[in-house]
Amino acid sequence: MVNVTIDGISLQVPEKTTILDAASKAGVHIPTLCYMKELNEIGACRVCVVEVEGYERLFTACNNTVAEGMVIYTNSKKARAARKTNVKLILSQHNTNCAVCVRSGNCTLQKVANDLNIHSLPYKKQIPENKGNVRFPLIRDYDKCIQCMRCIQVCDKIQNSNIWDVVNTGSRVTVDVTGVYALEDSQCALCGQCITHCPVGALRERDDVDRVLDALEDPSKITVFQIAPSIRTAWGEPFGLDPEFATVKRLAAALRRAGADYVFDTNFSADLTIMEEGSEFLEKLKNPENHKFPMFTSCCPGWVRYVKAHYPEFVDNLSTAKSPQQMFGAVTKSYYAELLKVDPKDIFCVSIMPCVAKKAECAYPNMVDDQGNPEVDCSLTTREVNRLIRSDQIIVKELPEEELDMPLGIGSGAGNIFGATGGVMEAALRSAYFLVTGKNPDPDAFKAVRGMDGWKEAEFDLAGKTLRVAVTNGLGNANKLLTYLKQGRVHYDFVEVMACPGGCVGGGGQPIHDGVEMAPERAPVLYSQDANMELRFSHENPSITKIYEDYLGKPLSEKSHHLLHTNHHAWKMPNEK
Amino acid sequence: MSRLSIVTQNNAQKTVEDLYKDLERRITASQPGLCPVDLAASFLHLCHAQSCGKCVPCRVGLGQLEVLIDSVLDGTATMETLKVIEETAQSIYYSADCAIGSEAARMVLKGIRGFRGDYEEHVLHGRCSGHQDQPVPCVAQCPAHVDIPGYISLIHEGRYNDAVALIRKDNPLPAVCGMICEHPCEVRCRRTMVDDPINIRGLKKYAVEHEDEFRIGEKQPATGKKVAVIGGGPAGLSAAYYLSLMGHEVEVYEQRKKAGGMLRYGIPAYRLPREALDAEIECIMKSGFKLKTDVSIGKDISIADLREKYDAMFVAIGAHTDKKIGIEGEDAKGVISAVEMLRAIGDDDYPDFTGMDIVVVGGGNVAMDVARSAIRCNAKSVKILYRRRKIDMTALPEEVEGAIADGCDIVELHAPLRIEKKEDGSVAAIWVQPQIVGPISGGRPKPVAADTEELRIPCDRVLVAIGQGIDSRKFGEYGIPVERGQIQAFDTSDIRDKDGIFAGGDCVTGPATVIRAIAAGKVAAANIDEYLGYFHEIKSDIELPPVRFDDHKPCGRVNMKERSPEERKHDFKIMECGMSDEEACQESGRCLHCDHFGYGIFKGGREAKW
Repeated sequence: MVNVTIDGISLQVPEKTTILDAASKAGVHIPTLCYMKELNEIGACRVCVVEVEGYERLFTACNNTVAEGMVIYTNSKKARAARKTNVKLILSQHNTNCAVCVRSGNCTLQKVANDLNIHSLPYKKQIPENKGNVRFPLIRDYDKCIQCMRCIQVCDKIQNSNIWDVVNTGSRVTVDVTGVYALEDSQCALCGQCITHCPVGALRERDDVDRVLDALEDPSKITVFQIAPSIRTAWGEPFGLDPEFATVKRLAAALRRAGADYVFDTNFSADLTIMEEGSEFLEKLKNPENHKFPMFTSCCPGWVRYVKAHYPEFVDNLSTAKSPQQMFGAVTKSYYAELLKVDPKDIFCVSIMPCVAKKAECAYPNMVDDQGNPEVDCSLTTREVNRLIRSDQIIVKELPEEELDMPLGIGSGAGNIFGATGGVMEAALRSAYFLVTGKNPDPDAFKAVRGMDGWKEAEFDLAGKTLRVAVTNGLGNANKLLTYLKQGRVHYDFVEVMACPGGCVGGGGQPIHDGVEMAPERAPVLYSQDANMELRFSHENPSITKIYEDYLGKPLSEKSHHLLHTNHHAWKMPNEK
Repeated sequence: MSRLSIVTQNNAQKTVEDLYKDLERRITASQPGLCPVDLAASFLHLCHAQSCGKCVPCRVGLGQLEVLIDSVLDGTATMETLKVIEETAQSIYYSADCAIGSEAARMVLKGIRGFRGDYEEHVLHGRCSGHQDQPVPCVAQCPAHVDIPGYISLIHEGRYNDAVALIRKDNPLPAVCGMICEHPCEVRCRRTMVDDPINIRGLKKYAVEHEDEFRIGEKQPATGKKVAVIGGGPAGLSAAYYLSLMGHEVEVYEQRKKAGGMLRYGIPAYRLPREALDAEIECIMKSGFKLKTDVSIGKDISIADLREKYDAMFVAIGAHTDKKIGIEGEDAKGVISAVEMLRAIGDDDYPDFTGMDIVVVGGGNVAMDVARSAIRCNAKSVKILYRRRKIDMTALPEEVEGAIADGCDIVELHAPLRIEKKEDGSVAAIWVQPQIVGPISGGRPKPVAADTEELRIPCDRVLVAIGQGIDSRKFGEYGIPVERGQIQAFDTSDIRDKDGIFAGGDCVTGPATVIRAIAAGKVAAANIDEYLGYFHEIKSDIELPPVRFDDHKPCGRVNMKERSPEERKHDFKIMECGMSDEEACQESGRCLHCDHFGYGIFKGGREAKW
């Protein structure tokens, strides 16, 4: 332990404590801007500078540790002036059109500047003039970037994608894509983690709310919504509502207030995915010599983009099953259109996803119905659906819960846990066990794959055969696993990968809480919902049974193949041969 | 009324003089990877400030060039702008009245031709190709990427065993490097911006001198794989050390009596004492590799046989053959190559030059080594003959000054013509042609024969130190690609179409430095390990002390002291004195810790393992 004095308060803290943490322990708050614990401790913004007795220069609190006897002043004249100057300098290069910024009210720069009582700038405004591509799912506004470097760090350290980097030198340093000149030409997986780690509005998803509003207003369009599993853990956050109140049923009510014709559940198509992907896996196991192992899950479009971009030799290891989003769209524009007796082209299918990559996925040229129209017309992130609700002035607190529509509005607990890392694997194993043995396992038999660890391994007995499975989340972990597979250091039969840390609950399209990783808090919501459900197996979902009886026949049937499976080579990543 | 007055500097001028020095040091410590166009614009701004303003091309033209280059940087220029820049600079160069204008324009022209790609990148893509990927200057400049700020912080805390153990993670020869490393790490040391670079080599030497327990890395379980290392020099020993730690069975084949390569057979003992070298080799041999001396591969054992016996092979034979000047009389008795002489000294076979006049031909570090060794072998006089100027010598300036202090004469600007023989065929004299320094080409002034007569320098021995070659013939015959003697290996040290054979060190690069050879050994070890199907990690678990705060108050650099020439020139004992405790503490305290402060904490990281 070391003794320190911070703003006159004496206390003992463990060695190697940062000044920031020590101050916090003393009840002294030091503002930070670029800092993000363990990810970005680089002292770039110089907002957290403090005065240390005995030294002329100031030191950053975020990445310097206390020493025995250190006397620290966080609000001395010198520290206060330097901090304020640095924030003003940042503002001189930041487009402060806060009223029209997507992060207004949830912007760390705005808060720091307001807190420091800054009303005017003595500096000339120097706003960068270059513009990002506003048609791409991920948009970068150069005039808002404050070069905190967090996007670079998350892209490198967590996602191992190295899309963003510092470009140029000296006064012209900025953050941009490396290797190529435009984001759309890069190998970006579109995980969106750079957005959720940006302290300001420099990174955002393409806003498709107006397209959805247009469809809602168009009397000739039947609007069909699907809600991804992980949305129910997070959509209430910006309204200050907990998941017990902000349920999927209350979201259905909100969407109907906005004019939705039908509101369904992606949990349904998650169950459908399990039937197809699980059957595919069991088929492959019957003839292992004819197939590449391990088989990889294919529900996460960020992961699919990543593997196509960086490990083309593993593309054929991906399950051919479409993602739940696309299965839902395919079923909506065939089976459901027939049930409604309408022309599929009159249906406008909207997905609500925790994800930016889903916007790209639904626009791939092969993700179309028999008439060549997109299976899913528009994919909104959780943040966009929040904005849709706000723009229609819907007061969520006053809404009742409403049942989802049928038959595509019913999902099992297995489908529900798709939104967390390990969930797809667990759901698949529950049904695979049944498909092989004819008996249901204990629904919690495979819970070894749960949890926030980046790379989990487990072995299960499946009717006498030992299955070796692995689950990773975060593309950096996926990269490590692929490298090890390539080097022959690990061997698995089935691997689940989710691009975002913690899975979709930590998705790049989810509400942003600066400095807080929300996945560990959101994932338990899905698991407790699963535990409390009567329906815990995908194969027991009555709507699933019915669609196979009435329409698809059986998993991997010709019709299933046509509607629910895809060729991962049918579209290309930039630079993909 | 006074007719004349003495010009005195006012305070402003004095301050500006100071700032010039600050700027000079700043430029020296410039980090690599900066945008050349941005730098060109900044230099031009300075040049323009120097304009007296009398003439149009300089007063107006340089300003217009600044505007044009800024437009390139701001992304508002077109390819046409580049043409205007070039034409304007050309006109200024031709029509400016004095060097202030014309040289400024020449700098711009040099840039727009020399890094045109960067100009075009800005115009076409609004980007620059500059990229800062060397955030911690010393670590980046060190070929072996030794954790320099890490071990300096340990020295400052008095943790010498930890400091040396940390060095051994990346460089198994800290004692050798503490004495003779060319210390590229110091070249761009950021402390230079404040005052002078840290004496990194001196601190390393100090740490090694104060190490009281040899600590080698952790040895991994045996793999059963066998690796042959050909050559017991720094590259071979480094590879052998790391491969042994990784659990492989390693045998080093050395053709001479003892291991060490150029460290023993090229560097005189007054710079690197044999006891220190022996102790270092003994220390790293604890990792378990075996040493087979007096075995020449290609002669005693065929390369094919050797390859057969081992799972992998590392060729690190160095550059040990001499080069001839190619003048008449070079076959005279008493003409000795530097390689030959230093090799004999390496085996403790010292020549006796008592009463002799010696001429050394060459201007590199090896020339200084033989000249200073000759003094120590009792020579009556030693002249170092060089066809360029002293300042153009490739030897380190401190080596040249040391040789002079030891009593050597530098005969600069004299080119050897022929060697005159006595009747018995021994050297009588060397004839030389005085030179005049001529036009600069490729950054160095070329010597040209002066319009004076040839000179005769009587002497008893001529020591030729004009470079070394590589004896790679047998390896070429075996099928390893060789070009002009150099073995062709990739920068991963593997060799095209030769599975399991790796090469590195001087035999690949040509004569270079010990630290480059060590780096080659380290790279080879990692890649041989992977070739053998393993992924062993060489790591250190030494915890570093917390970063010290510092106000960057200027403080002089502790330079190394040497024994006085009068004393040292009579023996081969170590010439350089170590730092005192007080000096080492102060010097290590000057480190700015670029690993923590600045770009280092963002992109530098600390490679705890490799």
